[in-house]
Amino acid sequence: MSAAPGRVVAGLLTAGGRAVTFRFDGRIFQGLEGDTLASALLASGERLIGRSFKYHRPRGIITAGPEEPCALVDVMTASGREPNQLATTLLLHEGLEAVSQNRWPSLAFDIRAALDRLSRFLPAGFYYKTFMSPGWAWERLYEPLIRRAAGLGVLAPVVGAHAEAAETLHEHTDVLIVGAGAAGLAAAAVLGASGLRVLLAEQDAALGGGTLLDARWQAWRERRRAGLVRVPGVRCLERTTVLGAYGHGVFAALEVLGAAERAAFGGLRERLHVIRAQRVLLATGAIERLIAFPGNDVPGVMLAGAALAYLRRYGVAVGRRPVFFINNDEAYEALFALAAAGITAAGVADVRPASHAAQRARELGVDVLCGARVTAVRGRGALRAVQVVTGEGGQREFAADCLLISGGFTPAAALATQLGSPLAWQESIAAFVPELAGAVGRVAGAARGVFGLAAAAREGALAGQAIAAELRGREVAAAAAAAAEAEDAGLPADAMATPMSPLWEVSGRGRAFVDLQNDVTSADVRLAHREGYEHVEHMKRFTTHTMATDQGRIGGLLGSAVLAEARGVPLSEVGQVKARPYVQPVPFAALAGGEVREHYKPKRRVALHDWHERAGATFVPTGLWLRPLVYARASSWEAVLGEARSVRRAVGITDVSTLGKIDVRGKDAARFLDFVYANTFSSLPIGRARYGIMLREDGMVFDDGTTSRLGPEHFLVTTTTANSTAVLEHLEFQLQANCRELDVLLTDVCDQWAQFAVAGPRARAVLSAVVGGRELSNAAFPFMAAGEATIAGVAGRLFRISFSGELAYELAVPASEAERIWLAVLEAGTPCGISPYGLDALNTLRIEKGHVTGAELNGNTSAADLGFARMLKPQGDFVGRVLSQRPALEAADRLQLVGVRPAVRTRRLRNGMQLVAPEAPTASLGYITSSTPSVELEGWVGLALLAGGRARIGTRLTGTSPLHDERLEVEIVSPHMLDPENTRVRA
Amino acid sequence: MLRIHCPWCGTRDESEFRYRGDAGRVRPAHEAGLASFSAHVYERANPRGWHLEWWLHVAGCRQLLKVLRHTQSHEIRWVGRAEEPAPLPEDCAP
Repeated sequence: MSAAPGRVVAGLLTAGGRAVTFRFDGRIFQGLEGDTLASALLASGERLIGRSFKYHRPRGIITAGPEEPCALVDVMTASGREPNQLATTLLLHEGLEAVSQNRWPSLAFDIRAALDRLSRFLPAGFYYKTFMSPGWAWERLYEPLIRRAAGLGVLAPVVGAHAEAAETLHEHTDVLIVGAGAAGLAAAAVLGASGLRVLLAEQDAALGGGTLLDARWQAWRERRRAGLVRVPGVRCLERTTVLGAYGHGVFAALEVLGAAERAAFGGLRERLHVIRAQRVLLATGAIERLIAFPGNDVPGVMLAGAALAYLRRYGVAVGRRPVFFINNDEAYEALFALAAAGITAAGVADVRPASHAAQRARELGVDVLCGARVTAVRGRGALRAVQVVTGEGGQREFAADCLLISGGFTPAAALATQLGSPLAWQESIAAFVPELAGAVGRVAGAARGVFGLAAAAREGALAGQAIAAELRGREVAAAAAAAAEAEDAGLPADAMATPMSPLWEVSGRGRAFVDLQNDVTSADVRLAHREGYEHVEHMKRFTTHTMATDQGRIGGLLGSAVLAEARGVPLSEVGQVKARPYVQPVPFAALAGGEVREHYKPKRRVALHDWHERAGATFVPTGLWLRPLVYARASSWEAVLGEARSVRRAVGITDVSTLGKIDVRGKDAARFLDFVYANTFSSLPIGRARYGIMLREDGMVFDDGTTSRLGPEHFLVTTTTANSTAVLEHLEFQLQANCRELDVLLTDVCDQWAQFAVAGPRARAVLSAVVGGRELSNAAFPFMAAGEATIAGVAGRLFRISFSGELAYELAVPASEAERIWLAVLEAGTPCGISPYGLDALNTLRIEKGHVTGAELNGNTSAADLGFARMLKPQGDFVGRVLSQRPALEAADRLQLVGVRPAVRTRRLRNGMQLVAPEAPTASLGYITSSTPSVELEGWVGLALLAGGRARIGTRLTGTSPLHDERLEVEIVSPHMLDPENTRVRA
Repeated sequence: MLRIHCPWCGTRDESEFRYRGDAGRVRPAHEAGLASFSAHVYERANPRGWHLEWWLHVAGCRQLLKVLRHTQSHEIRWVGRAEEPAPLPEDCAP
C-alpha cells in the first residue's frame, strides 16, 4: 500500500473523509472520501496515467475537471468494463478498480511507444494517403491493424447489465442556470427571490465553481447555498452536466448519482434530465488554456489552475518543485497557495514584461523571469527540468518535478454556440466571447469574459434581475435584486490584475501539442494549411484537432492561432471550431434510460390478450400490437395448417381487434369518404359494407379495408393494423386542410371495440346460437351486410365480410365484454369443431384467396397493379385521382399482382424469390411477396408482383433464390387461386 | 427540439405533432390536370428562411395547425388554426 506524500494540507472536499482503498493497474492505493481518482493518484505521487492515442506517448494528468484530455482510464465494474472514464471527475469509492489505457504490456513499458520514434513519418493525413490501395486491403488488413494500434479504452460488453441503471426525467422550469459558480449562485438567489422556478445544474460534485478555490469566499458561498435550499422554487443538481442545447428552451443534462443516492435508488447510476426552460443563464465559466511548446505533454506538465484546484479541494500538492510558465495574473494564485502550504516555486517564466502578480511573487523570494518563455523540458516519463529563454535572450534551466502552465482563459461557449450565439473576439482576454438573444437567455461571468469572482457575482445578479424583469416584471425583479444585494455587503474585492498577453506557441525542436487527446501537433496544423485546408473546420477534419472526446477544450483555440499565423491573418478572422452536443461522452445506457428490452417501445395488447396467452399463443409484434401468431408454443406449418384447415372444413375464430376502426359521422360523411377513397361510398345503402381502397395523392395505394354504413350520416371505416394511425392522420389532414367546408367528425374507436372473425362453412350455425335479433340467412343478412346485433346478450355489431374466402362474419363487441363473448362463441362452436386461429393461418387463407396485405400494398403498387382498376370511380375528385392516371402507371411492364404455384407441386416457394425467364436467369421480372403451403390446393401457393404479370398468366417462369441456392419452375396463375366465383363467401 | 404552442392545448413538444408539409400550397382543383398535381405533390420551394407549415397535433387535440417557422433558426413566430390566414413576413417563400 502506498502512502500519500502529496497530501500536504486539509482539502475542502476531503477534510474528515474516511480512507478509501482502490486499485490502479492492479496496485493498491489509498485515498480519501471526496477524492477523485486523479487527486488520489497525485496524492500518492503517481504521474504516469496513460498512453496517448496515436503515438503512445506517456501522459499524466493535465487538469482537475471535465476538460481533461489525457487522464482517461477504464473502470472495472461488477457488470463489465467501462472505458474512457475521466480520472479527474471520477469520484473515488471503496473498491474502485481502474486500469490505464492504450498500452501493452504495461503502462511503464509500452511496446507501441516505438510509434513515437516514427512520428516524423506519421503526420496528419498519413492514414488517408498511405492506406489507399489495393482496395481490398483496407477492410481486411489496414483497418484492423490501425484499430489495434490506436484508440483508448476497451469496450467490453457492459450494456446488458448496465442498461437498467439509468432513468429519464422530464423537467419544466422557468430558468435553467448552467454552472453554480459566483455568477450562477448570485443569479439563482435573485431569480429564486422573484418567485421563479429555477433549476441550477452544476457539473461539479459541489456548488461554488471558482469560489471553492478562494477561502475568502467560503462564507458567501455557504450563505448562498443555504439560502437557495430555503426557496421552494429553486432546485440544485450537483454532478449534473448540461450536455446540449436543442433550441426552444430544451436542454439535456446528465446527472451522475453519488454513492449514497445510488444505494438509495437501487443501484441507479445516471439520470438524464430533459429540461424545458423559458430562459437559460449560461454561467459556465472559462477554461484555462494550454500553451504549445516542445514537450508540453510530458507527465508533470499541468495547468496552473489545476494545481490550485488539487491543493484547495483535496489538499494535494502536485509537486515539490514547481516551475510556472504563464501569461496572466490569475495563474499566480496557484503559486501563492502552494507557497502558503510550504511549497515554493523553483521559478516562473512570465511572458509579460512586468505584472502586479510577478511583483508579489518576487516578494515571496520566487525567481520570476519576465518576458521569458519555456523552450524545452527534460524528462520523458516524468518531468525533470525546464529550459527557459529569458527576455534578454539568456538561457536558464530549472530542476523541477512539475511545470504549471497557463495560456489564459477561454470562455466555455459550447452551449451558447449551439444556441446560435455569435462569437465576438475580445482582445483583452484573447478569446472569443458569446452572447445570447434576450428571448433565449443570458451569459454571465467568466463565460462572457468577465473574470474575477466579485465581478462575476455582480454580473450574475444583474443577469438574474434582467431575466426576472422579463418573466415577473420590473418591480418584482428589483425587489429581489435588492434583497440579494443586501446579503452581499462586504464581499472580498477582486485583486488588481495586469492584463494577460496572448502566447499560443513557442517554436523549437520537438513536438508541441495543440490537442493532447488526439495527438495533434502545431506542425500538423501547419501541414493542413499547406495542403489547402484554410478554414478552421476543414483543418479540424484533416488533422482531427478537437475531434476527441474533450472537443479540444484546453487546446482548441491554439490550433486556430497556429492556423491564423500560417494564413497570416488575425486569429479573430479564423474563429474557433464549433463544439457539438454532447459536451462530454455519455453512456448509451444513460440515453436509453428505462426504454430497454421489453420496455424499448410501448406495447398494445388486445382486450383478449390474457386469454390468448392462456391458450398457449405465440405472439408476433405488428406495429405496437402483439397479435397471436399461432396457438402453439412455436410456429410450425403443421400447427398453422391445422388452424387453417379447420376454417376451410368447419369453423374458426380469430381476433381482429387490431384493425384500425374509425367512426365517421356528420351530414357530409359520405361525401368525405368519396373524397378520401378511390371508390364510391355515397351510394352504399345503410346496413351494407363495401371494400375500399385509399390512394395517396401520388396515385399509389395507401391502405385498404371495409367500410360499413350504419346510418345515413354514420360510417365505420376499418384500416389495416399497420396503417391504423397513419390513416387516421391522413383523414384528419384531408378533412382539415382540403375539406374544411364539410361537416364530418372522426373518432378513433379502435380500443373501444373488440372484433372477432368467425369463418368457415359452419360459421352460420355457430353464430345463430349467439346472435340475437337477426336472422342470418342469405336473404336476411347477405354477403357484405352490416348492422347492429345483440351478441350473447350484448349490444354489438355484425358484419358479413370475409378475408379468409369462407362464409364469415365479424362480430364487434365492447372491449370490456370481449372475453365473455369470445367464450360464448367458442362454447356455441364446440359441437361444430370450432378452433381459434392466429395470424399465420389467416395469412395462409388470404394467400389462397388472393387477398392483399402490406406485402403487396408496399407503397409502390397502384390500384391497377393490384387488379383494382375497376374500383376507381370514373367521375369526381378524390385523393390520388389525377396522378393515378399518369401515363407511366399504365405501362404494360408494370409489376402486377399474380398467383404463383410450383410446377412440381412438392417444391416449396419462398417470400422474396425472384421470378426470371429461364433463358435470362439474372434479369428479375418480379418477385414473390407472400407464400404458404395450401390447405385446399396441392403444394405451395404464392402471390407475386410480376412485370406485365396479367399477360403472363398461364405461362411458366423460373423462381430463384440465390441465397438458398434454389431454382424451380413455377406456373403463373390468377391471384384468385381458390373459389374465384366467390361461392363460398356467399354460401 | 421544437416546442409548438398549440392554440388548443398549450405549448407542447414536437414529438406530439406530425409534420404534414408546406401549408402555403393549395391542392389544385381536380380539373387542373396532371401538371398541376405533379407540381403540387413533387415540387417544393425548400426555402432558407420563413416557411409556413402544417403540423397535426396527433398526440393531443388532433387539430391541424399552421406554423410559421424559420428553417434556419427554428424560431416559431406564429401558430394558428388551419383556416386562419397567417401573418406572412415579406420574405416568406410562396
